[in-house]
Amino acid sequence: MAYLTLVIGVILVAFPVYIAIMASTFDTATIINGNMPLTPGDQTLENYSRALFYGGKTAREPVMGMMINSLIVALGIAFGKILISILSAYAVVYFKFPFRKTAFWVIFITLMLPVEVRIYPTYKIVADLGLLDTYSGLVLPLIASATGTLLFRQFFMTIPEELLEASKIDGAGAFRFFKDTLLPLSMTTIAALFVIQFIYGWNQYLWPLLITTKSSMQTIVIGIKKMITTTDALTEWNIAMTTAVLAMIPPVLVVIFMQRLFVKGLVETEK
Amino acid sequence: MEKRAHFSGWTLPLLLIIPQMAITVIFFYLPASQAIWQSFLREDAFGLASEFVGFENYSAVFEQPEYYRAMITTVIFSTLVAFFSLAVALLFATQADKSLRGGHGFKTLLIWPYAVAPAIAGVLWMFMFHPTLGILGRPLNVMGFNWNPMLDGKDAMILLVLSATWKHVSYNFLFFLAGLQAIPKSVIEAGAIDGAGPLRRFWTIIFPLLSPTTFFLLVVTIVYVFFETFGIIDAVTGGGPAGQTTTLVYKVYADGRSGGDLGLSAAQSVVLMVIVIALTAVQFRYVERKVQY
Repeated sequence: MAYLTLVIGVILVAFPVYIAIMASTFDTATIINGNMPLTPGDQTLENYSRALFYGGKTAREPVMGMMINSLIVALGIAFGKILISILSAYAVVYFKFPFRKTAFWVIFITLMLPVEVRIYPTYKIVADLGLLDTYSGLVLPLIASATGTLLFRQFFMTIPEELLEASKIDGAGAFRFFKDTLLPLSMTTIAALFVIQFIYGWNQYLWPLLITTKSSMQTIVIGIKKMITTTDALTEWNIAMTTAVLAMIPPVLVVIFMQRLFVKGLVETEK
Repeated sequence: MEKRAHFSGWTLPLLLIIPQMAITVIFFYLPASQAIWQSFLREDAFGLASEFVGFENYSAVFEQPEYYRAMITTVIFSTLVAFFSLAVALLFATQADKSLRGGHGFKTLLIWPYAVAPAIAGVLWMFMFHPTLGILGRPLNVMGFNWNPMLDGKDAMILLVLSATWKHVSYNFLFFLAGLQAIPKSVIEAGAIDGAGPLRRFWTIIFPLLSPTTFFLLVVTIVYVFFETFGIIDAVTGGGPAGQTTTLVYKVYADGRSGGDLGLSAAQSVVLMVIVIALTAVQFRYVERKVQY
C-alpha cells in the first residue's frame, strides 16, 4: 500500500517533466496537431542544437547565452552571499566592537522582507547607480539578506571556545584563526548554503525581468517566457519545451547529486 | 549564547562587516524607506513636484475594487495551494516513513521539483493543459468540459494552483518526513498496544505531534504563494483573464509597469510589507518555542 502510493506519487511528480522532455523530441507541427505521442520522436538533435545556438523564431537569442547569464548570476549570488555573510558573522561572533548588537539587528531585520515588496524603489536605486543590464545589478540586490549571516552565526556558536583560546596561545591572530581554524570547519555549512543559493539564483524571475532590457543579458527562465507569449499559433512549443528542459537540468542535478547538502541547507536556512 | 573569548580591537570587525552593511543599506533599507516615504506623497501629473498627503494613498488603495479582488484572489490561491500541498506532502511523507526499503530512493524522486523555477513549473503545466494541443487539456475539451485557462478565470486559477502545488509539495514533504522521523517509535507502539488502529493512531498521536511542523509549513507555504508564485502567474496567465488571477504582489508589479501612480504603488508595497512582517513574526515566535528538527 505504502509502496503503491509512493510509486503513484513519483509518477505524478515526474509526469509534467516527462511530457516536456517528449515535446523536446518532436517538430512544431506534430505538437500543434495535439496528438503528440508519448514516446520520443526523432527531432531531438535538431531541437537542442537550434535552441542552444540559434534560439526561437521570435526571440532569436541563443539559449546557450542565456544559460551562461543564468550561471553567472547563480554563481555570483551564491559566492557573493557566502563571502559577505561569513565575514559579517565572524565579526559579530568573535569580536567585541561598538554597536555590535545594533549591527546584528540591522542585518537580521532584512530576513523579513523579500525583494518582491520593494521592487520599484530598488529598481530606481539600481538605475541611478547605472547597474541596469549588468551582472552586478542582477546579483547585488539579491544578496542583501540575513539568511547566510544567521546560518554562519549559528554554526560559529557551536564551535568550542577552547579552539579560539588554543590558537590565541599559539600566537595566531584574527586572520590566521579564521583561515586555519574557522574556514576548514565551516566547509559543510558553506557547501550547504552554496547549494541553496545556487538554486535560488538560477531560478530568479521577477528581478531579472525588471532590470534586463537587452536580450543579451537575459537569463534562461526569462527567455522561455518570451518564447511562448507571442501569438499562440506561432509558439514553437518544441523549442520552448527544449529550453524548459535545459533550464531545469542544472538545478535539478544539483539537488539530486548534492542531496545531503541540499537538505541540510534547506532545513538550516529556514530555521 | 554569547562567546566569552574575543579578539580585541574594532577596526578589523568593522571592515569585516562593512560589505554586508553597505549592500543591506543600499539595496534594502534605502528602497524600503523610500517606499514608505513615497506612500505618503502624491506626485503631480508630470512627476515634477510632490506633496505630503498623509494616509490618502492608503485610503485610495482600499477604495479600489480591484484591490479587494486581488486580495480575495490571493486568499483563495493561498488557501488552495496550502491545503493541497500540505495534504499531499503529508500523505507521501507518512508512506515514505512507513516503507523501510527504498525510502531514501523515494525521497530523491519526490524532492527534485523544488529545484524547478516557478516560471518553468507554470510553463510545464500550461503545456499539458493547453486547450487545443495539451495532452490533458485537449481531451478535456473533447469530453465537452469547455476548458480554457486563457479565457476562463476559474480554469486559469485551477492551472495556477496545480503548478504551484506541484512545485511546493517537495518542500513540505521533506519537512514532514523529518518531523515524522523525529517521533519516537515507542509512543506509536504504546498506542498500538492500547488497541488503536493505524488511522486512529495517526489522528490522535502522530498528527498532534506534527502540529508544530504543520504550522511552520503553513506559514512558509503562504509566504511562498504570496511571493514566489509571481513567476508562475506571469508565465501562465499574466494576471488574466481580465485580472482574475492578479494577486496582491502581481498587482504591485502590474500597476508599476503600466506607469501608474507611484504613491499608490508604494502604499500597496507597504501594506504587503506589513503582511509579511506579521507572518514572519508569528512564525518566529512559534518556531522558537516549539519546532524541533
